[in-house]
Amino acid sequence: MKKEESISLEPRPQNPIESLIRVERLPHMWCPGCGIGISMGAFTRAVVESGIDQNSLSVVSGIGCTGRVAGYLRLDTFHVTHGRAVPFATGLKLGNPKLKVVVYSGDGDLMAIGGNHLIHAARRNVPLTVILINNFNYGMTGGQFGPTTPMEAFGATAPYGNYEYPFNLPYLMDVCGAAYIARWTVYHVRQLTRSITEAMSKDGFSFIEVITPCPELYLRRNRLGDALKEMIYLKENSRIQNGAETRTVAIEKIRGEIIIGKFVDRERPGYIQSLDGHLQKVLGARYQRPPFWEK
Amino acid sequence: MKKTKPKPKIKELVHLTADPRGVLTGVHFMNGDQAACEGALAAGCRFVAGYPITPSTEIVERFASRIPTVGGIFIQMEDEIASSIAIQGAAWAGLKSMTVSSGPGFSLMMEHVGLAAMLETPCVFIDVQRAGPSTGLPTLPGQADMMQVRWGAHGDYEIIALVPNSPQECFDLTIQAFNLSEEFRVPTFVMMDECVGHMAERVVIPPADKIKIFNRRYTTLPPEEYLPYRTGKDLVPWFVKAGTGRRFHITGLTHDERGYPMMNAETQGKLVRRLVDKIRANAEQIVRYEEEDCEGAEVVVISYGITSRVASRAVEMARKQGIKVGRFRPVVVWPFPEKRIRQLAGMVGGFVVAELNYGQISLEVERLVAGKVPEKAIEKRRVNQPGAATAKSD
Ligand SMILES: Cc1ncc(C[n+]2csc(CCOP(=O)(O)OP(=O)(O)O)c2C)c(N)n1
Ligand SMILES: [Mg+2]
Repeated sequence: MKKEESISLEPRPQNPIESLIRVERLPHMWCPGCGIGISMGAFTRAVVESGIDQNSLSVVSGIGCTGRVAGYLRLDTFHVTHGRAVPFATGLKLGNPKLKVVVYSGDGDLMAIGGNHLIHAARRNVPLTVILINNFNYGMTGGQFGPTTPMEAFGATAPYGNYEYPFNLPYLMDVCGAAYIARWTVYHVRQLTRSITEAMSKDGFSFIEVITPCPELYLRRNRLGDALKEMIYLKENSRIQNGAETRTVAIEKIRGEIIIGKFVDRERPGYIQSLDGHLQKVLGARYQRPPFWEK
Repeated sequence: MKKTKPKPKIKELVHLTADPRGVLTGVHFMNGDQAACEGALAAGCRFVAGYPITPSTEIVERFASRIPTVGGIFIQMEDEIASSIAIQGAAWAGLKSMTVSSGPGFSLMMEHVGLAAMLETPCVFIDVQRAGPSTGLPTLPGQADMMQVRWGAHGDYEIIALVPNSPQECFDLTIQAFNLSEEFRVPTFVMMDECVGHMAERVVIPPADKIKIFNRRYTTLPPEEYLPYRTGKDLVPWFVKAGTGRRFHITGLTHDERGYPMMNAETQGKLVRRLVDKIRANAEQIVRYEEEDCEGAEVVVISYGITSRVASRAVEMARKQGIKVGRFRPVVVWPFPEKRIRQLAGMVGGFVVAELNYGQISLEVERLVAGKVPEKAIEKRRVNQPGAATAKSD
């Protein structure tokens, strides 16, 4: 028997992130070349590298392709209604502040139907980490345009091109008061991983926008090439500008420079700290800190 | 002669008494809204999310003022959609939670009534009904959400709904709603109306050790053996909360016992059949009603909430005229006291259903008595002026 053909019976070293994936649910439902899985890889590595207690980590997703992330993670995971992951996560976090709660969802979910919840959670500075996968369209329902679709891009419901202005998400989160704001692409996995770790360590509201290729719908419909070409595009056209004025980082055109980086990292008391501190100050000895917070 | 159906047996295991911190023992003069808030506190509710709306606001206002000294959380959300899901997040963290609204807000909550039914999240909703549709009459009573609470979300599911007719019952039935919601892991509703919410009466709050509480049944199985939606004979799965190392998944998609999405008719059939059956099969245990002189009556007046109090005056007047009139009041409206109404149908001359709407519970009664009493003996859609607390009866 030739050496190359022999089968090693040594136990295969386990991929460090494998314990975080519900492998029995594979194969996943994402298209070849989709970036959601890459972002999930970055997330799981951030979880492992940060050493945070995995039994105290919950992930909440809304509905959409990105919404399926919760179902593939071996953590306490919640797949709720379209757009409402943030208020569910708010209740979960307030019910047990010892939990780290991450909201993982799509641009349409978080910013269209769930936009009101997102801005209010940022305003309250609820200690949640929101990972928003921006693939510039509604993937799950077949590539309709949405609130982040660039001008003139085609979508299933924009057959003549989009003429609505898209949101500048980091700027929006900035004026709402989020404690931490970053944007990366799925090409920048190392930076993204580090950023997720940083975001999860904040006591306030943290927000990461992840630019992600949607090869079967957005890229195809706009004749932008395949997933590999898009990765090269993201590599060549992204410019890291940490601390950039969020006002200046809008993505309004189909092609053009994408400013990425950590834009905001500020100290501002989180919702739980505000609630606790204020009631303690005003009520003094009469204040009863929720006993379930201690457990 | 008053007959009340015996209250359900509660399993020893989780049958406890109230935490005294939330119980304002004593004799009070308070309105139904305030009493419902005290009922929630006594039941152990420690999380309320809400959005202001007349005539339910007094419930959240009182909770906001009471809860910081009891040990819990009130959060005013950006709308009722958010409120009705924030309470579910809190429930999965292990809390008893509640949201409160009236017509327009209640309509917005329907999405998460469905979610609570699907995830089997124990939680309580209070709807202080006003007249609708739409903005309607914000400050005047209605009872026209009785079918909405039953059918308002899409898909097949069952819920439990209770209807108080006094501030005392607002207190008692809110506790009962929490107990039922925990026992059956089902969204449970207290369907008040503006009149009952705003009328002030004597409310007796017993000592904590006299208040029966049904606490959540948490799984005791090790993580390797536990499945979030595996059930025994009672069809109700035992609960798991976040942060206990079980690493569970829950989803609003059709799911199997593991909680994993499964897109096929077989899983749908198994899951939804159970969601429906866990209430239908236990209906006789959940149902509660009050009846008086019904057997052999010429006519039985069926009414609930504020209308039941107005109707009792009409009943007295009719009795003075020598008419044999019985009174029947469902206290739990969903599931409906089907068995008893069917029985009565064979023993009485006819029914009058008095309610503040253009015919909702009357439809249920018609369905149950059809063929057993003459068509014209079901008096329907006459006593029905939403917005008015008076009822006419002929
Ligand atoms: C209330 C409601 N409206 C509409 C839908 C249909 N729907 C499912 S996913 C989706 C869009 C998801 O888009 P996005 O959040 O960008 O996620 P992606 O699939 O692109 O990752 C929509 C509209 C729904 N499930 N619920
Ligand atoms: Mg999208």
